[in-house]
Amino acid sequence: MSEPLRYTYPVNGDDFMSAGGVSAVVKKTLRELGFDKDIIRRTAIAMYEGEINMVIHANGGVVDVEIYPDRIEVALKDTGPGIADVELAMSDGYSTAPDNVRSLGFGAGMGLPNIKKYSDEMRIETQVGVGTTVYLTIYTKPKA
Amino acid sequence: MIMKISKVAQLLNAQVICGEELLDNEVETACGADMMSDVLAFVKDRALLLTGLVNPQVVRTAEMMDIRCIAFVRGKQPNDMIIELAKELSIVLLTTEERLYAACGILYSAGLNPDGGIRS
Repeated sequence: MSEPLRYTYPVNGDDFMSAGGVSAVVKKTLRELGFDKDIIRRTAIAMYEGEINMVIHANGGVVDVEIYPDRIEVALKDTGPGIADVELAMSDGYSTAPDNVRSLGFGAGMGLPNIKKYSDEMRIETQVGVGTTVYLTIYTKPKA
Repeated sequence: MIMKISKVAQLLNAQVICGEELLDNEVETACGADMMSDVLAFVKDRALLLTGLVNPQVVRTAEMMDIRCIAFVRGKQPNDMIIELAKELSIVLLTTEERLYAACGILYSAGLNPDGGIRS
C-alpha cells in the first residue's frame, strides 16, 4: 500500500464570510490530480458543509485530507461544544444554529444530513465540552 | 435542449454584473432558494441559482456545486468582495428586479426544466 497524499488545513472560526476557503482549495487540488467531476463535487460539498459547521458551532478547527489510491478520507476536527444527541443532530431540519446564521443562508438543519448524503462513509466522534470530529470517506474506485 | 445564460438574462430583464464573456455558456436547470444547505442538497450539472440571499457564501456554494450563474432577485446588488470572488471562479452574476417566485416562473414557463433539459 503506497503512502497517501496528506494535507492539513486550519479553519478560521472568526470569519463566516471567508468560510469555505479550505473546501475550495481541496476542490482545486482534486481537480489538478485529475479526479472525476462527480467525486470532486461530492467531496467539496461534504467538506464545505463540515467547514461551515466548524465556523458556526466550534470557532473553527483543523481539516485533514488523505488521498489514497482508492479513496479520499477527510477528518474535520474541532474543539467546540460537542454534540449531545448525534442521532437528533443527523435528522433533517434539526438545527441549533443561532438566528443570525439562518439569515446568512445556513442553519437549516441540513449540514450533517448533506455530509452523509454525499459521502460513502461517515462517522462522528463527539464529546460534549470536548469537541467533535467528523470523518468522511469517498471512494474513488469501485470497492474490490 | 438547454438555455444560454444570455437568454436567461433577457427573460429576467436582468443586469449582468460580471461574466459578460460567459453569456454564451448554457444552463440545463435552475434552483431557487435562500437557504444554501437546500441548494447543497440539490446536485445537477450546469445549473443556475436564483436567490435573494447576497453574501460570499452564495458564490462559495455555487463553486462547490459547479453552478455557472447566479441571479440575484428583487434588484439585489452584491458587493465588490462577492463580485471579485465570482470573477475569479468564472461564475456569471445577474441581478433582476423580479421576485424569486416570479423569476422562477418566468424561466419555468420558458421551458427550463427543474430536472434538467428543456420541457417539451
